[in-house]
Amino acid sequence: MWNRRSALRALAAVGACAGLRPPAARAQTRAIMTRPIPSTGESLPVVGLGTWITFNVGSDPVARNACAEVMRNFVEAGGRMIDSSPMYGSSQDVIGDGLRTTGLAGRIFSAEKVWISSGAQGRGQIEQSRRKWQVGRFDLMQVHNLLDWQEHLPTLFAMKAAGEIRYVGITTSEGRRHRDVEQLMRSHPLDFVQVTYNPADREVEARILPLARDRGIAVIVNRPFREGALLRALARQPLPSWAAEIDCTSWAQIVLKFIVSNLAVTCAIPATTSVAHVRENLRSASGRLPDAALRQSIVAAVERV
Amino acid sequence: MPEWWTYTLSDFLMFSPRTYYRMVELYNLAVWPLQLVGMAIGAAIFALLVGGRGPMRIITALLAVCWLWIAWAFHWQRYAEINWAALWFAAAFVVQAMLLVVAAVSARYEIASARAGERSFAALLVALMVVGYPLLAPLTGRSWTTAETFGATADPTAIATIAVAALVRGRVRWLLLVIPVLWCVVAAATLWTMNAPAWLVVLTAAAIALWPSFRRR
Repeated sequence: MWNRRSALRALAAVGACAGLRPPAARAQTRAIMTRPIPSTGESLPVVGLGTWITFNVGSDPVARNACAEVMRNFVEAGGRMIDSSPMYGSSQDVIGDGLRTTGLAGRIFSAEKVWISSGAQGRGQIEQSRRKWQVGRFDLMQVHNLLDWQEHLPTLFAMKAAGEIRYVGITTSEGRRHRDVEQLMRSHPLDFVQVTYNPADREVEARILPLARDRGIAVIVNRPFREGALLRALARQPLPSWAAEIDCTSWAQIVLKFIVSNLAVTCAIPATTSVAHVRENLRSASGRLPDAALRQSIVAAVERV
Repeated sequence: MPEWWTYTLSDFLMFSPRTYYRMVELYNLAVWPLQLVGMAIGAAIFALLVGGRGPMRIITALLAVCWLWIAWAFHWQRYAEINWAALWFAAAFVVQAMLLVVAAVSARYEIASARAGERSFAALLVALMVVGYPLLAPLTGRSWTTAETFGATADPTAIATIAVAALVRGRVRWLLLVIPVLWCVVAAATLWTMNAPAWLVVLTAAAIALWPSFRRR
């Protein structure tokens, strides 16, 4: 149960984490809240970077430079996890371009997906993705939307055993196939599961998030803003006075703090093309978190729009 | 696709409107001044239709060139960068170009004997696609550099093809209509999902162009 005591514990963890950072990093980034990946204990900042739509900019050099700037600011502000998929058009190429031009490859946590309806072609697609990212190996490889998971999961576990990837996961979005997700969480030694979660989409609170805590599975949260629709709806309301109690200056931060204040959540991955927004998002990974009562207030505010 | 009923059109839109129109802009800059060639082809088709004696074989062959160019230069080279489905669009456009070529050289492909009014109606639609369609860019608040022109981009070319195919007699007409009509549906759905008002123009113009096909036997 999430209460003030849990929030204080989380804050203590933040402080400890900040203490481990070198002085230069501490000067640039506020204390970034992290959560451990249960299977290894490795810490991850609770706010990451998604790339669906936002990084699919084709060969446009101006837009590619803008994406590289977003990545640079993301990492400078303390972010690590960048998530993509072969399904996302040119996003992988754009990430690879950005990592090359900014020299950030060693500082990120790379989360990719296999998305092909043939198990035999899974390895080939993963290798193709790796070349596009221009990284030595992926940290996390997930089965995208459970597509052909029966064939891909054995491949991914074999790759993990061989040290070709570090973690294995599965993904779904918008509440689809939650029963299958649950079953796979129970039957396979998954490191990560990726689901949709925000104050308007809370189905995972009932079973998947508690199961993730029980089974020691890290949780990545996609579509935190419903592709921006949630924030556009909330923008019609003034920021509530209680936003200051959790150090929030925008609805985006309130929504992100709602998500990461659930202790089962390891990392939320909002997507953006804006440097200002990526900085704003990362600020959600610091300061106070909402307690149970404030979480209810956030849900009530969202239900009003 | 499991739970297919939970998907909406927006779930399939994998790029932002800004990225889409920037892609069109970069394409326009890259192929300039070939847009003028496309518009000249459109003007030639208009003149052949208005003249009343223009051989449909030439008109159809000119359209085939446009479809082949768009398949290669627009879908394959550009659009596929941000939409993997564009590879399939390119294939469909090549098939349409082949159908037009086969129709143009086929002995069974009749010179259109449509009435003057029907030819004029088709000519008017072609003219609108050549001259009017590019105006959608400035009229909807976009830069001229994102204008979509006949012969170089898919939507005005497909609508003009529907108008011309309506003049063709026999079952071949329906063969020539399938891909352009499907394209207009896909294009309108994409534009609608992007909240671009042009979706209504595409759908309405395509419906108007298609209308004579149902009137003629």
